[in-house]
Amino acid sequence: MKIAFVLNQQPVELEIEPCETLAETLRNRCGLTGLKVSCEVQVCGACTALVNGLPVSACTFLAYEARGREVTTIEGLAGKDGRLHPLQQAFVDEFALQCGFCTPGMILAAKSLLDENREPKDADIIAYMDGNICRCTGYLPIMNAIRRVAAVMRKRATGDDPTSARSADLGSR
Amino acid sequence: MKKPGEFRVVNQSLPREDGVAKVSGSAIYASDIVLKGMAHAKLLRSPFAHARIAAIEASEAARQPGVFAVLTGGDLGALQPYYGHSVKDHPLLAIGTVRFLGEPVAAAIAEDERSAFEALEYVHVKYEELPAVMDVDAALADGAPLIHEAIHQDGAFRGFEEHRGAKSNICTAVHVEWGDIEAGFSKAAHVLEGEYYFPMAYAYAMEPYVAIADYNEKGLTVYSSAQHPFMVRHDLAAVFDLPLNRVRLVVPFVGGGYGSKSYTKIEPLVAACSWKAGRPVKLQLSVEEAFLTTRGDDARTWIRTGADSEGRLVARHAIIHMNTGAYAENSPLVAKKTANRIIGPYRIPNVKIDCYAVYTNTVPASSFRGFGAAPASFPAECQLEELAEKLGCDSVKFRLANLAERGESIHPGLRPLDADLKGDVRRLACTLEMDKPAPKGHGRALGCSASDAGSYPISSAIVQVYADDSVSVLSGSTELGQGSHTVLAQIAAEEMGVDLSKVRLVGSDTAIAPFERSTGASRTTTVMGRAVLEACREAIAQLLGMAAEVFGAKPEQVVEESGGVSFQGKRLTWGEVLHKYFRISDCNIIGRAYLRQAGDLAMLPPFWEIGCAGVEVAVDEETGVVRMEQLATVGDVGLAINPALAEGQDLGAATMGIGIGLFESLEYDGQQLANGSLLDYRVPRFSDLPRRVDLTLAQNQDGAGPYGAKGGGEGSLNPIPACVANAFYRAVGVRIRRLPLTPERVWRALKDRDK
Repeated sequence: MKIAFVLNQQPVELEIEPCETLAETLRNRCGLTGLKVSCEVQVCGACTALVNGLPVSACTFLAYEARGREVTTIEGLAGKDGRLHPLQQAFVDEFALQCGFCTPGMILAAKSLLDENREPKDADIIAYMDGNICRCTGYLPIMNAIRRVAAVMRKRATGDDPTSARSADLGSR
Repeated sequence: MKKPGEFRVVNQSLPREDGVAKVSGSAIYASDIVLKGMAHAKLLRSPFAHARIAAIEASEAARQPGVFAVLTGGDLGALQPYYGHSVKDHPLLAIGTVRFLGEPVAAAIAEDERSAFEALEYVHVKYEELPAVMDVDAALADGAPLIHEAIHQDGAFRGFEEHRGAKSNICTAVHVEWGDIEAGFSKAAHVLEGEYYFPMAYAYAMEPYVAIADYNEKGLTVYSSAQHPFMVRHDLAAVFDLPLNRVRLVVPFVGGGYGSKSYTKIEPLVAACSWKAGRPVKLQLSVEEAFLTTRGDDARTWIRTGADSEGRLVARHAIIHMNTGAYAENSPLVAKKTANRIIGPYRIPNVKIDCYAVYTNTVPASSFRGFGAAPASFPAECQLEELAEKLGCDSVKFRLANLAERGESIHPGLRPLDADLKGDVRRLACTLEMDKPAPKGHGRALGCSASDAGSYPISSAIVQVYADDSVSVLSGSTELGQGSHTVLAQIAAEEMGVDLSKVRLVGSDTAIAPFERSTGASRTTTVMGRAVLEACREAIAQLLGMAAEVFGAKPEQVVEESGGVSFQGKRLTWGEVLHKYFRISDCNIIGRAYLRQAGDLAMLPPFWEIGCAGVEVAVDEETGVVRMEQLATVGDVGLAINPALAEGQDLGAATMGIGIGLFESLEYDGQQLANGSLLDYRVPRFSDLPRRVDLTLAQNQDGAGPYGAKGGGEGSLNPIPACVANAFYRAVGVRIRRLPLTPERVWRALKDRDK
């Protein structure tokens, strides 16, 4: 069957199998291998993609369900100039990754959290991110990366810091 | 030796070399690789734990649309299909017998995964079920069915085994003994004995096993998620009778290993699929299949420890039974290490340890982060705590009184202890405020361990220095997330006197990188790091000779400086030396180093890996939920080449320890693994993050690695399961000697207490 959707801000039209998952479509047909597949039972969050801004587990989300919607993967997060999204930069700066297999899903879930809640408390971060497993880091560095971006956004919102939340403004470790 | 504060690149928390690739989705893992003309394989797995394969009929499956071939045990006659680095007992596909539920029996190879999967329905297998032994007791019972009837050939790392499955289900027996155990206990004023059970854990590397093999007339190339590409090369060369230079293993980024991807896993099977189908083949396992591939050994330990009236340890006797599963894999070595590690970093004059790795009809067990250290530390550190209480002695003081000093031997024949553990314990006790009472319902405990780590110090490295002052490091170490690419590049940048951005790490490819024994046992920084450092020094020695010629000076007249060389006030960078020497601007030279078990690395282990960590727990008596209030670690790593990475290893390892302490355990229900899926196997999540985390490093530069470094990465896991049980005891006064402390187990134990 044929479906059309917006992928990382570009319209796409694809021929897919009706039973195909979004993970299969994105990895095998679109070559977007930044999306990782792990548990395949919607538990680990590694395959998180954003559909209309909300996180879905692409391992069990049918590609068909994405028709007419906006899909964002990790490849669509950096700016057109190649500059990393503040969350991506914060993950690097806070050592919030090791093997990196959970990282794309983790960053997309965190983006969705911050889009929804610009001033998350620690408890909000924990509750929102509980569906994303990381086996390497022990979570604290990821927590710190999210806190860091949230703090920059808060400063910007209150006018304390009028500059953008790009990497340069996040300071170094 | 330079001290902290004097380094330019090393000992700094510089960003990861792979960070940007990993946050932007461009990092390539084996599962992302596609070869031209590549087929896909799917596996048919045994529905029985133990059965004879009376017949396999695969021709109907081979005729299905899109199918290139179906591989069964009957096809393997031309190969040497048994592999295993300690015991060659593992057929790459079942031959005549299946020994665990889930063992691969046939592989369908087709143009896509779905066609391969659908073809498996047409593979007809006739099984004759055999009696199965599902646990150690059943395996050791009189008249128990034998899991391996033949004596298998030794693998390349033979020497550990006393038994190899002949007339018994004991895969390996290890005995460690010194002093006089009877005389030791006769001097003891206080003796305790007890039995402890450490659960069957699953490493859950988030990237499941994957390999792509291309067997053709030129040889065999395999892309894999393997931790030890050179060891896989060895096994593949043996299976296919190929020379080493015709087998190439390429390992891109690995999505977590924790020991579960060490040694050979699916590579011989995928290579055989390519051999049969005559084209490249990819086999991507699911996580549920990964559960059926490797797990950690569970261990039941009877342990007896005695102390004299002054609180000195005088004797320890332990008998450990490890459930090794259907094939030996790395369990013989895990058993050996477990036997060594149950002694801990303490001075114990009389020791007798008997450790048995026992075959059962369960998923094969192999390495798991820490290699037996946590299964050994759990009974050892729990009993130490119990003994301290019996003596009426503070457990921290009890440990301090018995810990070995730096330079003291804790295990005759092995390297003396290379750490100040007493200092580490004092620091940790201070962080955890062990001298102050914990709030009601809370308990605190700390623990320590010493592991004979680092494996064998056999590593080699090539450092290329270019005329534009850039540098590349060719290393066979795999980047599993531990940060080895960053750390090795930092060492090269420090030695060559260039910025870190000038150094490129060329990763794990056996056709390009020189020999590296393995990436495991926390050895990369210490052993490979030293090889990189020595290769830099060797390059510099060549460059100094070239500089003398360029300057028209005698070799002893030129002066080495950071990043270059000077003579009579004239300075050249290394790149300028090359440019002038070769009279070309894009040439390079090669520095190399080969390490082996010789010189100051003659004595094993290359270093002792220290575990020093503690926790505070809070127990909800109504629900049985144990919650982590605090986690504290002291990473005794000699010198942290990258402190943030070293601390990251400590937190990650300790979090795995918390998982095993509180909820991780594979459970069998009859022949079937009952929780072999992430739906049912519970790993730590965000909400399990301890309320407070204190990570510290001890940097005494007392290791054999570069600048006094020594390995980390496993250490902070090792004492944690015992700490959880000990802190729980302090919180509620109930001793549980079986992990994990699930709410149900805790709730029942509390009910029993209150009866």
